[in-house]
Amino acid sequence: MSTILETEAATAPAAATAHREGVLFEHSRKGRRGYQLPPLDVPEKNVLPASLLRVEIADELEVSEVGVIRHFTRLSKLNLSIDAGMYPLGSCSMKHNPRLNEEIARTPGFALSHPLQPDHQVQGNLELLWNLEQALKEIMGLPRVTLQPVAGAHGELTGILMIHKALAKSGNARKYILIPDSAHGTNPASAAFAGYEIKELKSNSRGMVDADTLAAAVTEDVAALMITVPNTLGVFESEIQKFAAILHAKGAYLYCDGANLNSFVGIARPGDMGIDVIHSNLHKTFSTPHGGGGPGAGPVGVSESLIPYLPPPTVERREDGTFYLDDQHPDSIGRVRAFNGNFGVMVRALTYIRSMGPQGLRRIAQLAVLNANYIRARLKGAYHLPYDAATLHEVVFSDKIQTAKDVHTLDIAKRLMDYGFHPPTIYFPLIVSGALMIEPTESEPKEELDAFCEAMLAIARECEERPELVRTAPHTTPVRRLDEARAARQPILRWKRP
Amino acid sequence: MTPEDSRYAKSHEYVHLDKEVGTIGITEYAQKELGDVVFVELPQVGTQLEAGDELGSIESVKAVSELFCPVSGEVIEVNEALADKPELVNTDPYGDGWMVRIKVSDATEVDELMSAEEYEEYTQTESH
Amino acid sequence: MSNLPDPLQDGHRYIPNAAEDITEMLGVIGVDSVDALFESIPAAVKLDRLLDLPGPWSEIESRQWFRKLAARNVTAVDHLSFLGAGAYAHYQPACVDQLLLRGEFLTSYTPYQPEVSQGTLQSIFEYQTHQCLLTGLDVANASLYDGSTALCEAVLLAERVVKNRTRVVVAKSMHPHYTATLRTYLQNLGVDIVEVAWGADGRIDMEALRTACDEGVFAVAVQSPNFLGVLEDYDAVAAIAGQIGAIKIAVITEATSLGIVTPPGAHDFDICVGEGQAWGIPTQYGGPNVGFMVVREALKRHMPGRLVGETVDVDGRRAFVLTLATREQHIRRGKATSNICTNEALIALAANIYLSLMGKEGLRDVAVHSLQKAAYLRGKLAEIESVTLPFAGPVYNEFVVRTPLPAKAILADLEQQKILGGIPLGPFYPSQSNDFLVAVTELHSREQLDQYATALSAAIARGTR
Repeated sequence: MSTILETEAATAPAAATAHREGVLFEHSRKGRRGYQLPPLDVPEKNVLPASLLRVEIADELEVSEVGVIRHFTRLSKLNLSIDAGMYPLGSCSMKHNPRLNEEIARTPGFALSHPLQPDHQVQGNLELLWNLEQALKEIMGLPRVTLQPVAGAHGELTGILMIHKALAKSGNARKYILIPDSAHGTNPASAAFAGYEIKELKSNSRGMVDADTLAAAVTEDVAALMITVPNTLGVFESEIQKFAAILHAKGAYLYCDGANLNSFVGIARPGDMGIDVIHSNLHKTFSTPHGGGGPGAGPVGVSESLIPYLPPPTVERREDGTFYLDDQHPDSIGRVRAFNGNFGVMVRALTYIRSMGPQGLRRIAQLAVLNANYIRARLKGAYHLPYDAATLHEVVFSDKIQTAKDVHTLDIAKRLMDYGFHPPTIYFPLIVSGALMIEPTESEPKEELDAFCEAMLAIARECEERPELVRTAPHTTPVRRLDEARAARQPILRWKRP
Repeated sequence: MTPEDSRYAKSHEYVHLDKEVGTIGITEYAQKELGDVVFVELPQVGTQLEAGDELGSIESVKAVSELFCPVSGEVIEVNEALADKPELVNTDPYGDGWMVRIKVSDATEVDELMSAEEYEEYTQTESH
Repeated sequence: MSNLPDPLQDGHRYIPNAAEDITEMLGVIGVDSVDALFESIPAAVKLDRLLDLPGPWSEIESRQWFRKLAARNVTAVDHLSFLGAGAYAHYQPACVDQLLLRGEFLTSYTPYQPEVSQGTLQSIFEYQTHQCLLTGLDVANASLYDGSTALCEAVLLAERVVKNRTRVVVAKSMHPHYTATLRTYLQNLGVDIVEVAWGADGRIDMEALRTACDEGVFAVAVQSPNFLGVLEDYDAVAAIAGQIGAIKIAVITEATSLGIVTPPGAHDFDICVGEGQAWGIPTQYGGPNVGFMVVREALKRHMPGRLVGETVDVDGRRAFVLTLATREQHIRRGKATSNICTNEALIALAANIYLSLMGKEGLRDVAVHSLQKAAYLRGKLAEIESVTLPFAGPVYNEFVVRTPLPAKAILADLEQQKILGGIPLGPFYPSQSNDFLVAVTELHSREQLDQYATALSAAIARGTR
């Protein structure tokens, strides 16, 4: 338990032992080498005209392999990670990243395959992709899934473009996409890039979309509702089937942001709810590592009527059991990226789906929801719960109790770092003032959840007794609070020789 | 604290009228609400604006707000100093932190804005 | 419900909490079953069965199945490969992947909390610096999905900056997948793509470019080396595009070329985008890759994606942080510069480590080897009667080969000799069904190049017999 931090150590300046590693460019020394190539065994000739020749790459590095390994190892130690402990970012599903996935993805037969090889040379890849699509179809309850999009937002753009194309085909692409005020920022951004205007739907007092509000908003100009299920409060939209009926009656589509699929995988299926399009983040529900921000993959499942608009290529199986890439889709929205999607991420995801099996996939949702509700039960009272509807895999508190002592969500988040935890998602969803959005995932054992709750409770006490300690946190991290205004006013976005 | 010689819009811009030239910026209340201002985007000199048009935008570290032009007219000067020192909006909103000067085409629009007293009352109700 | 497993019964190696924990936790929550936590999901949509999927598999079973699949692929593992066309096999030093596997990098999230993410943030800052040095431009972002979507973002940026124009000129020698992706991105935005053909030497036809560049054009995008492997004349393109005030966009799919070819920033280009895969990233069937974007200073506030900047903490220590975030979707939502959120951070880290190890000399060496070996092979192939190299423009490490036979037949013959001999152009340009692209890198030895020339010669002989 991290009670040490209530002692004087917590107010000391940041740990003197924290290693401050300079920017690598500052370690460059003329003549140092980090690589070796075999001797050039062909005669060297003047090949390029002088006008195309680069004289030198000014200021590029000269460092040794030792220097590079030390540098990046030291940098790595300045990060918190899921390997080191709970990383409870809401709506991010920071779960364990199995190492078998990494090993399988590095199998040379996969890793060295080239994206433009003819189908007969990559039957292994194609069979893998075909199997992944089958698995996602079964999980989503939808008849086709494109594996092309490489991130959630990329999937959103793909899905909305398909809706646009389908509606245009029937005579009117329409003007608006409806998006609840609790939505993630990528939703409106993707809809805008797909050519739509956004109409925001106000959440009701329970943090949900109201069927009546929706019915009033769905006009002949509305192309789709983009909704996150369960929503960003962790609340399942229990009227989801009604939403689908309202939209379908007006010829509009129901788009689901599948960021929170982790909470109901194997329990219920989007297709069975009347959802027409859903993107799923393989880097959330399906355990592929976030890698400090990416790569991800955002496959998109669609209902029958949208299949003609899928981006190429799709993977198809012939009757003889061989596979091929099909890019002949005359009504398709077109390619969303060069080549064949984030294949390496897909290898990891299918490895995970096989490791879990149907029982395991269901268990993900069960334990993720159990863990989140355990935290909710333990912290309720100490922190304000702005909406008390039942929640699934995440719980959103606010800083309402703590603001009385002029301590805010940001301070609480920073103080958690002193207890060794990465903070939850903060100030999101926007409908909660001072939101603290906690998603533990199924990966956390009870003792880690307890340690987290003890830390949160200790901070709640500190807010009462020693608010200044919380307001000035963190105290023990490699660096303390940053001057973000300075970074934005006079941006320094690259190293330059002094 | 709110200067008596200026008029105020509900979107928190002020206009200080000197003959036909209106100097526009944001209020003390607005700069406090925004926090550290890091960037101000302003129109080009010569731009014709109607009252209520978007004048530009103002950014803090984690928020961006649109600026609205409270009066109609032509932009005759913009505060170039804000490009390097956006913090002037925080430190001196009614002085060095001004944003644009406009040749006001209809002075009656200025009269329709709030007085200092009315604006202070307005901000008190808004912050509750 | 009867045939569904009881969560108290079976544990899983990736999910720590088991029977004892679950019972205790349910007690604290105050419900008597895990199912009770799911009451908000209507019964009508709840599954009354398990998903119909194989598994759960042990590591042993998974390894067997996946390795069998991998073995079914015919790849550079045991074939001599000359495949390129936007994905290149270069040398990756051993320590790159070892460092990527450090959990602190691999299993961390986007560095939104800078106090506990300095490793990732500083690495991105260094990556941005490499991009600037290599391209000769001023401001680089933290990464985009890949080269093709980076082109889309560049065109969208240009469209925002140059107001009231609706056309973008794109060289026909742009990677066809890139142009196709651009078409997808632009389809509802009221922007038209005008393609400009290449001339006899494989470079963009300057007359055609001049004709295409009128007052309605907001950007000109060219790839160099282009899809035919030929290096474009940046100055000539920049001069024409400059006359109409269009944004000049350079696209690079073979990033190692920057080690020896003069960079776009030195030729008055405004934006350089491209694909960083060639920096030692395995081709892995096309992804994950890493798209890069570097722009002139004046365009930095229009940049899509994340940017890391330097600042100080409250104690005055240097530190790094995500900055200029108001451009992004989580703040500006529907008016953001892009919808991108998740990017390719880990691949950008791989590129950063690669670029650091190779450094100034290594980047040049890799480029010199690739260039010289390609020139050597060109010389060898030119000696073969009936082989022509149709484009005379300068090339870096990739070039078009033409034989009297369909490229597909030649390549099938080479495959029999365990050579992946190139990428046929027919699927991209139907009139060029006898042409294929051959890519050479520092991985090829002279002996292998000779072997290729001999095999190609024999394949042609067999085919024409």
